[in-house]
Amino acid sequence: MNRRHETRPECHGDFSVMTTLTDPPKEQFRLSMLLYDMRYRSATIQVIALMGFMLLAAWLINNTAQNLAALGKPIDFGFLSEPAGYDINQRLLDYNSQDSHLRAAFMGLLNTLVVAVLGCATATILGVIIGVLRLSHNWLVSRLMTIYVEAFRNVPVLLWIVFIMAILIETLPAPRAFRGDNPTAEMMLGDSVAVTNRGVYIPEVLFSNSLGDVHLFGNSPLRFDVSLDLVVILIVLGLGLWVSRLIKIRADRIQEATGDRPTTWYLRLGVVLVPLLVVLWWLGFHFGYPELKGFNFRGGTHLRNSLIALWLALSLYTAAFIAEIVRAGIMAIPKGQTEAAAALGLRPRRIMSLVILPQALRIIIPPLISNYLNLTKNSSLAIAVGYMDITGTLGGITMNQTGRELECVLLLMLVYLLISLSISAVMNWYNESVKLKER
Amino acid sequence: MKKTVLFGALTIAGLAAGAAAAGTLDDVKARGKLNCGVTTGLVGFAAPDANGEWHGFDVAVCRAVAAAVLGDQNAIEFVPTTGKTRFTALASGEVDMLARNTTWTFSRDVDLKFEFVGVNYYDGQGFMVPKSLGVSSAKELDGATVCIQTGTTTELNLADFFRSNNISYEPVPIETNAEAQQQYLAGACDVYTTDASGLAATRATFENPGDHVILPEIISKEPLGPLVRHGDPEWGDLVRWTLNALISAEELGITSANIDELKKGTNNPEINRILGTEGKLGEMLGLDADWAYRAIKANGNYGEIFAKNIGENTPVGLARGLNAQWKEGGLLYSPPFR
Repeated sequence: MNRRHETRPECHGDFSVMTTLTDPPKEQFRLSMLLYDMRYRSATIQVIALMGFMLLAAWLINNTAQNLAALGKPIDFGFLSEPAGYDINQRLLDYNSQDSHLRAAFMGLLNTLVVAVLGCATATILGVIIGVLRLSHNWLVSRLMTIYVEAFRNVPVLLWIVFIMAILIETLPAPRAFRGDNPTAEMMLGDSVAVTNRGVYIPEVLFSNSLGDVHLFGNSPLRFDVSLDLVVILIVLGLGLWVSRLIKIRADRIQEATGDRPTTWYLRLGVVLVPLLVVLWWLGFHFGYPELKGFNFRGGTHLRNSLIALWLALSLYTAAFIAEIVRAGIMAIPKGQTEAAAALGLRPRRIMSLVILPQALRIIIPPLISNYLNLTKNSSLAIAVGYMDITGTLGGITMNQTGRELECVLLLMLVYLLISLSISAVMNWYNESVKLKER
Repeated sequence: MKKTVLFGALTIAGLAAGAAAAGTLDDVKARGKLNCGVTTGLVGFAAPDANGEWHGFDVAVCRAVAAAVLGDQNAIEFVPTTGKTRFTALASGEVDMLARNTTWTFSRDVDLKFEFVGVNYYDGQGFMVPKSLGVSSAKELDGATVCIQTGTTTELNLADFFRSNNISYEPVPIETNAEAQQQYLAGACDVYTTDASGLAATRATFENPGDHVILPEIISKEPLGPLVRHGDPEWGDLVRWTLNALISAEELGITSANIDELKKGTNNPEINRILGTEGKLGEMLGLDADWAYRAIKANGNYGEIFAKNIGENTPVGLARGLNAQWKEGGLLYSPPFR
């Protein structure tokens, strides 16, 4: 490599001398060369194709705009600031029917993100477990996992969503069943959890000495409150983890210097837990339990049927695909790696976690990204069970009440594009960090 | 122009880009079939029977128009639409008219660019609850879970009603009437709300209709009627006057039984004008003289259609109420045929 480099200047020198002596007069550029000269032809074709494509796009856009204008519906996003007029059942921030359509869309977006995040996390955990189990030498376990994968992978996810919803509605008791002297249904876990056909009510976290909230963005449609309690807890938790890390680094240093690793687990656990418990006690941490009042349970956190059905169906469905990806990733690692690790005396579980999985991750991550994107986009099937995601609010009720189809769909496409690109960006960054590092 | 429209509509995925092609009447005649948007299934108003034949109160309007225009009340393509898809279907030209329990509101008429041709059912939003709940008024519904068809005016009325009465509720949005029924019967919601006529129709299909009550509160005005696109007034006129012909026929006593008799000529000039034995009303609409005769002959006059599909002797069991003729204390009032 290096030698060739050194010789190049001489070569160049030779050539330059030759050029001055033997080169024919420089060819003038003619227009026909765009077509007949191999050097330019492909560029010519590409430029023409690009112009054609842009013309087509311009014509389509212009045509759409003209037709909409002819219909008396020119593109206009003003409707977003008008009052929405409808209620949304699952809202993570404060919202009422007098808020704007934009606020309603924002609530929908949050609901989409909730189910996407829950779904991706659950699908990954399930998928990895199932993918690994499918490679198990236990005949029954591996066959069961095969059945799981084939069942979920080969039935449309919409059917799974509707099916799970139907099961939740038809088999679980209505809140009414909890009432009376002889109730047919009972709350679980010491009267703290109520499983009904309207969803699951679980205890909620409350603080009696709450620090209150910080209101952000004033009165705009994007306003939201940040709970100071949560901020304080996160800061304390973060500090605890940081100190715990310092202890680990110190232990590593001592181990390297002396060969003995000091026992630190109680210290590390202590610096995380003790301050956290103190802060929780100081804030007056307690649970709010759901109670049957009137038609429904009040208090506690209500995980609606629609969320549970969507979350479960999306996770179980996507987990089947992730399981296959994980299996493929593991099988792509040569057997020699396992054998070499075994020869070093590693036990099977450690071989999997220290040798196989880290290498398999490189193969797993890229298709995993696609599956996260799929899950997020599939969450737009939410309307089948009445889950108010962004397709249900902006692309459903708002679109229907305002009649602004094109505007709503364009916004919707933009939102999904942004969500998907964000997921891709994060996952690509992660992929970069697990990639084979050449040194 | 028409090709351009088609292409544009295709490229934006069937959205409402198609400029209303003028000449719907010509299109329908050339096609030999009327595309009529109806519900996905609401007993009494529009629902297919075991043979796939559509029947119902709204269906009868479609059939009357098809009979008037094409001379065959069966020359119809019924397009089932949900509360959400109906307007897009009409605006994009997928259907020629919509006869689908659609409330006539200002914004739909003006902003969505539709033309409501009249009212075929005066309705109002009501609530249905299981009798066992012991609720007697909608104002006792604080904290209740309410099933509601999404994409309808009921959604907005509901929010307004609970807001103005300062009580809370939990909405459960649902796409179709069938799903709402399933959730309501399973107890996943306490209350089902939609137009009172729809409640009656839904209750009629229950195993034990007597276990459910419709609360006395009617919280909104819901004038339901057929509608067409803006931009083709001739087609709008045609559908409007077909509906008026059905209403006038009842007022004037033209029934499917005596229509052939009356067609031979009567002393009442208005009957003669409707049935085409006098004047040139049909010609003015771009049809022949027998258009209204065929429309009425198809399924009878308004009263007959009402009685057959949703009247008191049917499982739906609705009284005429507001939908009686103006002479009998109702709101039905057709402009004169003259």
